[in-house]
Amino acid sequence: MEELSALWGGFIVVLNPFNLALMIVGILLGVVIGVLPGLGGANGVAILLPLTFSMPPTSAIIMLSCIYWGALFGGAITSILFNIPGEPWSVATTFDGHPMAQQGKADEALTAAFTSSFVGALVAVIVITFLAPVVAKFALKFGPAELFAVQFLTFASFIGMGKGSPFKTLASMTLGFALASVGLDTVTGQLRMTFGTAELLTGFKFLTAVIGLFGIGEILASMETGLSFAGTHARLRLNAVIETWKKLPAYWATSIRSCIIGCWMGITPGGATPASFMSYGIAKRFSKNGERFGKGELEGVVAPETAAHAAGTSALLPMLTLGIPGSPTAAVLLGGLLIWGLQPGPLLFVEQKDFVWGLIASMYLGNLAGLVIVLTCVPLFAAILRIPFSIVAPAILVICAVGAYTVNNAMFDVWMMVMFGIVGYVFNKLGYPLPPLVLALVLGDMAESSFRQSMLLSQGSLTIFWSNELVGGIMTLGALLLSWPVIAWVLDKFREAKPA
Amino acid sequence: MELHRLRTLGSTLPGIALGVAAALAAFTSPSAAQGWQPTRPVTFVIPAGTGGGADQMARFIQGIVTKHNLMNQPMVVVNKAGGAGLEGFLDMKGTPRDPHKLVITLSNLFTTPLATGTPFSWKDLTPVAMLALDQFVFWVNAESPYKSAQDYINAIKSGADHQYKMGGTGAKQEDQIITAAIERLTGGKKMTYVPFAGGGAVAVQLVGKHVDSTVNNPIEAVAQWKAGALRPLCIFDSKRSTYTAKVTETMAWSDIPTCKESGVDIEYQMLRGIFMAGGATPDQVAYYVGLFTRVMETPDWRQFMEQGAFNQTVMTGPQYRQWIESADKLHYDLMKEANFLAN
Amino acid sequence: MSHNKDGGGEKRLVSTRTMEIAVALILLLVAGIVIADSLRLGVRWREIEGPGAGYFPFYIGVLLAISSVVVLIRAAFDKSGTATNFVSKPAFRQVLAVLVPLIVYVAALSVIGIYIASAVYIALFMWYFGGYSPLKGAAIGAAISLSLFLMFEIWFLVPLPKGPVEEFFGF
Repeated sequence: MEELSALWGGFIVVLNPFNLALMIVGILLGVVIGVLPGLGGANGVAILLPLTFSMPPTSAIIMLSCIYWGALFGGAITSILFNIPGEPWSVATTFDGHPMAQQGKADEALTAAFTSSFVGALVAVIVITFLAPVVAKFALKFGPAELFAVQFLTFASFIGMGKGSPFKTLASMTLGFALASVGLDTVTGQLRMTFGTAELLTGFKFLTAVIGLFGIGEILASMETGLSFAGTHARLRLNAVIETWKKLPAYWATSIRSCIIGCWMGITPGGATPASFMSYGIAKRFSKNGERFGKGELEGVVAPETAAHAAGTSALLPMLTLGIPGSPTAAVLLGGLLIWGLQPGPLLFVEQKDFVWGLIASMYLGNLAGLVIVLTCVPLFAAILRIPFSIVAPAILVICAVGAYTVNNAMFDVWMMVMFGIVGYVFNKLGYPLPPLVLALVLGDMAESSFRQSMLLSQGSLTIFWSNELVGGIMTLGALLLSWPVIAWVLDKFREAKPA
Repeated sequence: MELHRLRTLGSTLPGIALGVAAALAAFTSPSAAQGWQPTRPVTFVIPAGTGGGADQMARFIQGIVTKHNLMNQPMVVVNKAGGAGLEGFLDMKGTPRDPHKLVITLSNLFTTPLATGTPFSWKDLTPVAMLALDQFVFWVNAESPYKSAQDYINAIKSGADHQYKMGGTGAKQEDQIITAAIERLTGGKKMTYVPFAGGGAVAVQLVGKHVDSTVNNPIEAVAQWKAGALRPLCIFDSKRSTYTAKVTETMAWSDIPTCKESGVDIEYQMLRGIFMAGGATPDQVAYYVGLFTRVMETPDWRQFMEQGAFNQTVMTGPQYRQWIESADKLHYDLMKEANFLAN
Repeated sequence: MSHNKDGGGEKRLVSTRTMEIAVALILLLVAGIVIADSLRLGVRWREIEGPGAGYFPFYIGVLLAISSVVVLIRAAFDKSGTATNFVSKPAFRQVLAVLVPLIVYVAALSVIGIYIASAVYIALFMWYFGGYSPLKGAAIGAAISLSLFLMFEIWFLVPLPKGPVEEFFGF
């Protein structure tokens, strides 16, 4: 139990009033950053990084990582209340979280989101504490082919989600892929579909699209039905946290699945956003309540939030042990480590014991502190919905515009946001599902380049995707999931055909 | 022969950094006090994503400026990575004569406009200072049998075409240019160049044996080297590194032979320089030269340089401009040779 | 855009069927653009680069074209959509009442800066939809703009679009 004593040492380093104060400041800042779309955890950490140079490295990393936890928590708030994902990984939280808010159960959804986030993070930290060296070796096994397999699996687990016309689903998804391919092609360095315009060079940004499709689209739709958000007149329940906690243990299976998905995706490095989608898709498929997903099911909030937070936390592991960041925020923290004179890499755990275990201890404490802080604020957040629509709506539109602008510091993105808002409004009314479009937009680039990198490595042979147990296993699992609707249909027919 | 021209880049560079820096300090410090001063926050544009070499350096500079209080206004760092950095460059081009904007460059200043045919050139900017030259090192996995660059080249020669895989950052940029140069020494055998998104990822792909070799910058691969996962074969410079402190048990940066020594006659280094928007006044340029001189005097900077084994060549004024001109020409020729130019 | 040809009733603006057809046609157009540009980039295997830059988008374009054609044909032959209403006139007026000012607001951003534009936009929205007095609207608009300004420009040092007023105060 060498780890336990090292961890104990870490707690001793962390537990002093100065560090605890930094922790709380960090969480609060992080929540603000998480709430504002466009201003991501990476921005916050990057901007505040210089301020931390006057502190000892351990205190600095505690504050910065707490901003990160705060941002992970905060992303869920606007997703649930206003259908605007504050961070990319909270898109999947809108699917059931926002319908819950519309039914007047915003407090329940928020409690579930925060609690599952905490559970996901806790499991990931435990993995980091005890399995760091093993897990780091596992991450090394992931070449382009393996990464493509993971992306394929994410898709396979998510596809066939919507009811409606399969062709509309396909159209929506391929539109997402087409938009994702605009800009500079990373493999050949050629410009695609930019038609000589400077604005299209950078392609369509995921967050811009999401703010428009979900946020603006939602406001346009609610203008039609009248000047209010549904669910505004929910009673303010002070015991919502306790009430929700009583319901959560029933979803233990989904929790465990989501933790595994999250940790795995954070380490490989697949990222928190795909993890949240994959977890949602798999939960929908295997849950007893799968049919009701998308209409305000508590389990549909638990699954993506658990996975996103588990992935976000475990993404720090490859950053520490391999020097490859699993998320943009981790990338900025990596820069910070260098400035404090710490060289991330395989030897960090050996050479900088105090620092590493201090960081790990702060992950436990930071998440706990974060949970307490955000849970106490649940009634406050839920009360935001009671502000009159004619004040909240323009404020949201302004914040959306700010968010779209800060994604890339470009006016073009604000225009794109408006356009995506119209698309979201029209698509919603015609029954084109939006989630496949969004997923294709976030995964399209990555999946395409992993695929082409694999093709380069194998010189055009598809056998690379079944060249070892790992990649072959993931691909086969993906193929099974993909054909699941067909299999289920055949099984159903078979049962029907049999005379009872 | 192109290789010869590759070499001229290195040989025109006087590597005496400290002397130049000291001279600059003497020249600029008094004038900076009376001359132009920024009147609002200075935006520092990074034409690359978070976590890469340029990003690390820019954020490090921001850190030093803040920590040592070197500027009366805050410095704001903005990543504009889209289109292999074109986004950042076009943004600079779009705001000429704005003295509150800086951009840090890497080789994509030259390569991206050439590869995409976008109307942008370094002449749209005002050169301020060269901070350092980033080295390239030829790396293989430590478990591979190749002890020297020559071993590896011989293996490529006797192997099948496309058998050996080179991992690198981006397409038609510095890493692929070096790969193209190496391919001229392999008796007609091609390597397979596999582009990845960032330098850190490339190093890890090599550790995981998904590729056979890389030409990572030192700072991107040093951690893996220290941990015994990677082996440096040679450094693409005219002379060995000047950093003699041991990085691993047995080796310092200075123990890595030059590629020329190992029979692979290729040199390539990457600009880490600062530019302002086009049409900046001499006063404004002088202010920033003074600022960066003070940045480079800090102990933090020296430590950073050593960690990344940078070639500490500092240039300003006409000398810097001349260097850029020759580097631009060099990249044009190299890319033409490798058939990387946009039609 | 006028999609009135199928709409019979006074209150109806455009039928679902017309909208279905219009959207499918737009998607088909997008697919056409994608396919055309992919062909220009090359869809085949290349010596050094592997699958060409247009390889992936080409098949995506083809799939998009197929699915939009199916949607188009279904909408064209299924008359039931004619009877249902995509959006009624009063509802559409409400939507436009938000959308048009939003577009004006975004256009104004780059001219007068985001802070002034936002304050004005919020004030007008509150006055028009909520029936608040212009003074109250202006107060809340200014308060939100000011907090955004403090948060982004001062605290997080993220520069947002600014106009002559901010310029005057030296930002």
